[in-house]
Amino acid sequence: MKITRQEVEHVARLARLELTEQEADTFTGQLDAILAYVDTLKELNTDGIIPTAHAVPMENAFREDEVQPSIGVENALANAPARAESFFRVPKVIE
Amino acid sequence: MSSKYQVVIGLEVHVQLLTDTKIFCGCSTKFGAVPNSQSCPVCLGLPGALPVLNRKVVEFAIRAGLATNCQIAQRSVFARKNYFYPDLPKGYQISQFELPICLGGHLDIEAEGGTKRIGITRIHMEEDAGKLVHVDIPGVGDDSCVDLNRACTPLLEIVSEPDMRSPDEAIAYLKKLHQIVVYLGICDGNLEEGSFRCDANVSLMPKGSAKLGTRAELKNINSFRFIKQAIEYEMERQAEILDEGGKVIQETRLFDPNAGTTRSMRGKEEAHDYRYFPDPDLVPLVVSDDWVEDVRLSLPELPEMKRQRFAKELGLSDYDTEVLTASRELADYFEASLALYPQAKIVANWVMGEVTRALNEENRAISDCPVTPKLLAALLQLIEQGTISGKIAKTVFDEMYKTGHEPARIVEEKGLLQVSDSGAIEQIIDQVLAAEAGQVAAYRSGKDKLFGFFVGQVMKASKGKANPALVNEILLKKLNG
Repeated sequence: MKITRQEVEHVARLARLELTEQEADTFTGQLDAILAYVDTLKELNTDGIIPTAHAVPMENAFREDEVQPSIGVENALANAPARAESFFRVPKVIE
Repeated sequence: MSSKYQVVIGLEVHVQLLTDTKIFCGCSTKFGAVPNSQSCPVCLGLPGALPVLNRKVVEFAIRAGLATNCQIAQRSVFARKNYFYPDLPKGYQISQFELPICLGGHLDIEAEGGTKRIGITRIHMEEDAGKLVHVDIPGVGDDSCVDLNRACTPLLEIVSEPDMRSPDEAIAYLKKLHQIVVYLGICDGNLEEGSFRCDANVSLMPKGSAKLGTRAELKNINSFRFIKQAIEYEMERQAEILDEGGKVIQETRLFDPNAGTTRSMRGKEEAHDYRYFPDPDLVPLVVSDDWVEDVRLSLPELPEMKRQRFAKELGLSDYDTEVLTASRELADYFEASLALYPQAKIVANWVMGEVTRALNEENRAISDCPVTPKLLAALLQLIEQGTISGKIAKTVFDEMYKTGHEPARIVEEKGLLQVSDSGAIEQIIDQVLAAEAGQVAAYRSGKDKLFGFFVGQVMKASKGKANPALVNEILLKKLNG
């Protein structure tokens, strides 16, 4: 096994995903197969090759430091499930 | 703390950059705007929005790297740091991880026993999160409010090696770093508003040991004084645990400025599994040698270089050079004044004395000083010409500070011209000696020390306007003659 069910549950918790028992089993099997394939890829010798961070061979896309209009408070909050004045309103975070 | 242990401190500093816009979008970074009024699909994390890197952020990072003796990486990559928190709309923070822009620098600090070199591990660019606030709005109750104006504001994270061995060394390092980023013009340096934030990694090890102990990460410290307090408290806390045979737990602890203590932020540990990976929305950053050289040439003179120059070229003391280079603005003011009145020690004394005192009384910035270098130089010339005494000059200075008027005009309007007419001075002296007949007798019977008293009385009677050299001369003649 490349991945344990426990690891799958851990990753799901980090991603705030709630898995049923059956889903956890299914994904464990699927992820296991994916990781096994990664092992196959690993057999290739990649010494001296820069890791690919991006699919397009391109570098340095910049913008200048010039202010552009923002979209406005009403647009920003248009999809908010809850708001208070011009704030997004969220359940209290416990620290 | 028991002397069995040696404290080891490493610091992570977040520097908010002085750009006009955010790191990945064109929204303004101006402080204090209406909540969420400075936001757009990119910094709100709306689906499909794409970040584009602000060129100036890269330039500022290179500046910081060069000023702290780092290597500038030819190729660096942005990465996603994944975690959930309501002030982080995308569910990840764009940062740099494996390939940061600057590596392997150092700063030299003044420590007990001489200069000490503190290593800088790395400097990377990242975006800030939004702000989670608790506002008293009717009906909101216990809920939190989110303002995303700050989201996507550019930051540099500057990570030191665990090279500091006392709270004082940590403070010396921070002050030096603070001075540099402000000099570089990349940060406003405002600690209270969070433009310069510090996390401290603190651990203890037995004295003489080479193996580092388990560290605690202290967060939420927004003044140099609190940093010292937090580290000192943490040293005591860890020493107590170790003395009792316990183990320090690696954790994040929040500093409580009211209690002067740190407390554990339980439950955030799991969130430390950040699952970094290269951000596919941003292409790699390649910095050419030419770019680095251009930035190097544009660097301002840094405080250390300025100090050396002031000492060497102007012959000023260590103390003077340190005070005068405390900020770039103060040093600029000093040099502008010096250009108009080229006597370094006199100018230095006035800048460090009257100018600084007057500004401090109102908590005003030097750039905002009503007495411009031109006015200060004009005042010093009046003293040199004997138009006014040094004592009266302070009165004129205060008046200039209040009104911004030329010193010559003030001297004329207020009738402060120095009296150098020996006849007039003689007259004042005669009056004083007549009024103080008893003291005169005492002086003549051998109480030499009274001389200063007579000078004071004469100066007072002349309202400070009498030429002090003449007063001394005539007074001596009259008393002894």
